[in-house]
Amino acid sequence: MQLELSAIGHAYGPVEVLADINLTVPAGRIVCLVGPSGCGKSTLLRIVGGLERPDRGEVLQAGDPPPGCLNPLTYVFQHFALLPWRTVEGNIRLVLEHHRLSVQERHEIVDDVLARTRLTDFRQAWPRQLSGGMRQRVALARALAVRPAVMLLDEPLSALDSQTRELLMDDLANLWTRAPFTAIYVTHNLDEAVRLGHRIVVLSRRPGRIRAILDIDTPICERARAGIELAARQAELWDMMRAEAEAADRELADG
Amino acid sequence: MADVVHTPAQLQPKSSAQLPPKPTKPVAFRGGGFAPRPIRHVAPLLFLVLLALAEAGTRTGVISNLTLPRPSAVAVTLYDLAASGALWQHLIPSLRRLGVGIALGLTAGVGLGVLIGLFSLIRAGLVPLVAALFPIPKIALLPLFVIWFGIDETSKYALIAFGTFTPMVVATYGAVDNVDRTLIRMGQSFGLGWWSIVMKIVLPGAFPAILSGMRVAIAIGIILLVAAEMLGAEYGIGAYILTAGSLYDLEKLFAGVSILSILGLILNFVISRIERATLDWR
Repeated sequence: MQLELSAIGHAYGPVEVLADINLTVPAGRIVCLVGPSGCGKSTLLRIVGGLERPDRGEVLQAGDPPPGCLNPLTYVFQHFALLPWRTVEGNIRLVLEHHRLSVQERHEIVDDVLARTRLTDFRQAWPRQLSGGMRQRVALARALAVRPAVMLLDEPLSALDSQTRELLMDDLANLWTRAPFTAIYVTHNLDEAVRLGHRIVVLSRRPGRIRAILDIDTPICERARAGIELAARQAELWDMMRAEAEAADRELADG
Repeated sequence: MADVVHTPAQLQPKSSAQLPPKPTKPVAFRGGGFAPRPIRHVAPLLFLVLLALAEAGTRTGVISNLTLPRPSAVAVTLYDLAASGALWQHLIPSLRRLGVGIALGLTAGVGLGVLIGLFSLIRAGLVPLVAALFPIPKIALLPLFVIWFGIDETSKYALIAFGTFTPMVVATYGAVDNVDRTLIRMGQSFGLGWWSIVMKIVLPGAFPAILSGMRVAIAIGIILLVAAEMLGAEYGIGAYILTAGSLYDLEKLFAGVSILSILGLILNFVISRIERATLDWR
């Protein structure tokens, strides 16, 4: 399934946050949205996921979600959004409970996603017992459980320390390599963008417009070792964004 | 970049070896504190010390018998009360009033509080009303309830129910308001229905704060129980205290007050057990 964003614009009251966004998210690819803080990238993701209505334009899905898909557009949140009163397994079961599945099927799905995120030993743990990295792995497992057509990742690694972030980037790269998924990945971290994105979309500061689109052809699984080349792409991105980021930093919140 | 790595010997700057050593002193500790921790046995010990002081004071005559009854005499009164069966004669009607009143008040309070938390229209209508009712001392309404419901049990149920209802509504909608909105968005993003979100996200998320609201409501319930029983009740702890008070029988008065205090402690303990059993995820 492919997503097409056509002429999306949005404003919060008098403050225009997004203007004229046209973008195609091809199936099986990770599209990274980067931009200075407050440029509307999270708003755009909420619009894509149907959690917010855009003032102008629309999001179209081309083709049907693959068979067996339970929740075509599935989020991964920055602060994990795990229910603290449910165990790891309970949190994953939460998103399966309202689907018609046999007990057997449910069990298989839970086992499968726990194994893929290497959480099998933590099945009965409470979220409070887990580190930030493990919590985000649980959230990833939960997202994978509904077999999404498109994953919407909203700064998924931004709440983690840099070492954990490194580990989770490897995990995401491995997950994608083993079973490619379609994703929109919002981040302000250029390192994440060049490590995980097939296509990097640079947004300008408010109102967010598409400033540039950068494609990276190096296969994701080889990127951990492609240091110099990626560093060059990252520098290129930063050159593009630096002035914008500086200006965004000096903006007053109620502009 | 390997030349930046120091070996331990190099870490000591050479110049310091030649200079006379400067006087050293340890850095003074200035952290700690501001972190209450549970200390066992202090509370019972303090209680016993106070009892012993009262006992000693009344026995030696430092405290006159009109100021404070002898604790041992209060204990004997309590024992007699239990042995004669009069304790149950008073306690059972009281417990029934408290049970019925609190059950009605808490059920209505939690129910309406959840509705206020979920529906904007109900919130717009009821929040100002509840805010207007909240500060009324409910005891002042007892004569009104007697006119409405008669002097018998119903007016007592109504007073306790109404008195526990208002704090419970406020606690409940506050609890629902404070449920993390990102969890609700998460539920929506996974396609959970409205009912599922309420049952699996909103109510469990609000539950801890609802329980602590119940603690307050129950304490208010006990206060109102006594107030209701002081006005037109033949039996009940409140009636017992009122009779004792009008006769200046301090032993009986303190016996009655002790029963209330113990009742409060028991109910508090029950809530604590519920908390421990249901909130093990915290």
